[in-house]
Amino acid sequence: MNEIRILSPTGVCGSGFLEKSFEKALGQNPHVVGCDAGSTDPGPGYLGSGRTAFPRDAIQRDLRLMLNGARKLNVPLLIGSAGTAGADIQLDLVYAMLKEIAAGDALKFRLALIHSEQKKSYLRQRLREGRVKPLHPAPEFDEAAIDRSEHIVGMMGAEPFIRALEAGADVVLAGRASDTAIFAAMPVMRGFPEGISWHAGKILECGAAAVVNRKTPDCMFAWVRKDHFVVEAPDPALRCTPQSIASHSLYENADPFRLVECSGTLDLTNSRYEAVDERSVRVSGSEFIPAERYTVKLEGAEKAGYQSILIGSVRDPFIIRQIDDWTARLSDRIHERVRMIYGDRLKPEDYFFNVRIYGKNGTMGPLEPVKEIRSHELCLVFEATAPTQEIASTIAGITRHQALHLPIPEWSGLITAVACPYNHLDRGAVYRFNVNHVVEPDSPYEMFPMQLIEIDGANTVMRAS
Amino acid sequence: MTTLAELARLIRSKNAGPFELTFDIMFDDAATYRRVKESGVLTREKIAACYGLEPSQVKFFLCDHALAIKASIPRPCFQGDLRDSDGHGGQQYAPLMAIEIP
Repeated sequence: MNEIRILSPTGVCGSGFLEKSFEKALGQNPHVVGCDAGSTDPGPGYLGSGRTAFPRDAIQRDLRLMLNGARKLNVPLLIGSAGTAGADIQLDLVYAMLKEIAAGDALKFRLALIHSEQKKSYLRQRLREGRVKPLHPAPEFDEAAIDRSEHIVGMMGAEPFIRALEAGADVVLAGRASDTAIFAAMPVMRGFPEGISWHAGKILECGAAAVVNRKTPDCMFAWVRKDHFVVEAPDPALRCTPQSIASHSLYENADPFRLVECSGTLDLTNSRYEAVDERSVRVSGSEFIPAERYTVKLEGAEKAGYQSILIGSVRDPFIIRQIDDWTARLSDRIHERVRMIYGDRLKPEDYFFNVRIYGKNGTMGPLEPVKEIRSHELCLVFEATAPTQEIASTIAGITRHQALHLPIPEWSGLITAVACPYNHLDRGAVYRFNVNHVVEPDSPYEMFPMQLIEIDGANTVMRAS
Repeated sequence: MTTLAELARLIRSKNAGPFELTFDIMFDDAATYRRVKESGVLTREKIAACYGLEPSQVKFFLCDHALAIKASIPRPCFQGDLRDSDGHGGQQYAPLMAIEIP
């Protein structure tokens, strides 16, 4: 085998792609179709709650096309970070969607389900052994943090995908995975150089994001060879240039030259980028430095509380010029009212009251270099975060009343200081990321158990593995 | 003097994971990239000053193939924390736009 052809239909399963591009790419006979389905970018709420960032129907649409396309060519379909964060509840959701599609379209295939959610007992054990190491910067991660977590997932490398392919899987549905590993798995398995394989994976994982003139999420295609890879977008209107491909390693990476994976570091210091023609680019020289110790990055989320918010605005220049003092006085009033209502049942450290001031520093907070207010009106977002939704809602209700009528020295008599387009909103539970650490496992597989399942239309039979 | 915003094809900020924030300053042509790179104005120290950090907290890169200058910093608030105001980190680059390049 002198090349591996890889199709990436889109940057995230659920974000969409053009069917015309996908059909054209299938005509180029890929050996594998891969798709990343998640990210931490939408925030901790998805790992915390188990919901998906993209709507179910949008995920289903992309999945159906990818699954039918891969089955038509009889090539593996690899999906990583199922359901946004890759927790078991999200993996199960996408698994159910796959079964539904298989039943509807009478598809038969061997499915490998790879779990990435971590047992708390396992993490406690590794923590006690000193085999959980912080990255930088990292929140404190101890047994209490493990206990508080809603879900903790490990980010798998290429090995669990390779194991699934070697077990004859036609479709691999994986929990949280390195985006790049999804695409590196097949060429690494076939013995192609790791530097070339991982770099191709890095470009492919975002779909057509690395083109010059991205119009909409769409497909990307790569030919991975022994000493280089070529990348091209199937849509003839899209162009890759050496600069656009070189630039892609900047996006969402802290270090554009060194990308750390479980098994080593992709080093792009000596990568060369050459135009093959107007639309495709040849990349060579990329290196992969094997790690001394295999590591798996953890992602975890814990509940920060329940939140209620109130949105309002002020137009009175008297209030605008004293806005910091006004919000400080408001906070004091609210804490006082909370004490009157809850007494010792709710301590000040049990809830959090915050005011965002748009028109002043709503976007950058304390880092905002512009200090004076230049706007004739300000938008205020009041947030109450508390141990229960009922308490959060109560504090937001207090806020509305206190903010409306908080006196200012310039006026005498009862004022109404805030314009509110609607009453407060209950946001439900809110979450925070609580770990930025790696685990040192004994093997690349121990954190990622696999199930092999024969899918046959509507009838599925579970097989032990 | 010209501002960085006038010289760059794109100045952007984005999460690099939930705990870091990264800035990309990208140019259309090699000459403009070289002008900014060689001006000595856009440095690790300059980025640190814009975001209230010590220079040692800033990762700073000159990316010749990409015609880009890149810097990464610890996120001012971890992504999604109660005080975080920019979940994707997408609007934190504005102070860089006004940097004057000779």
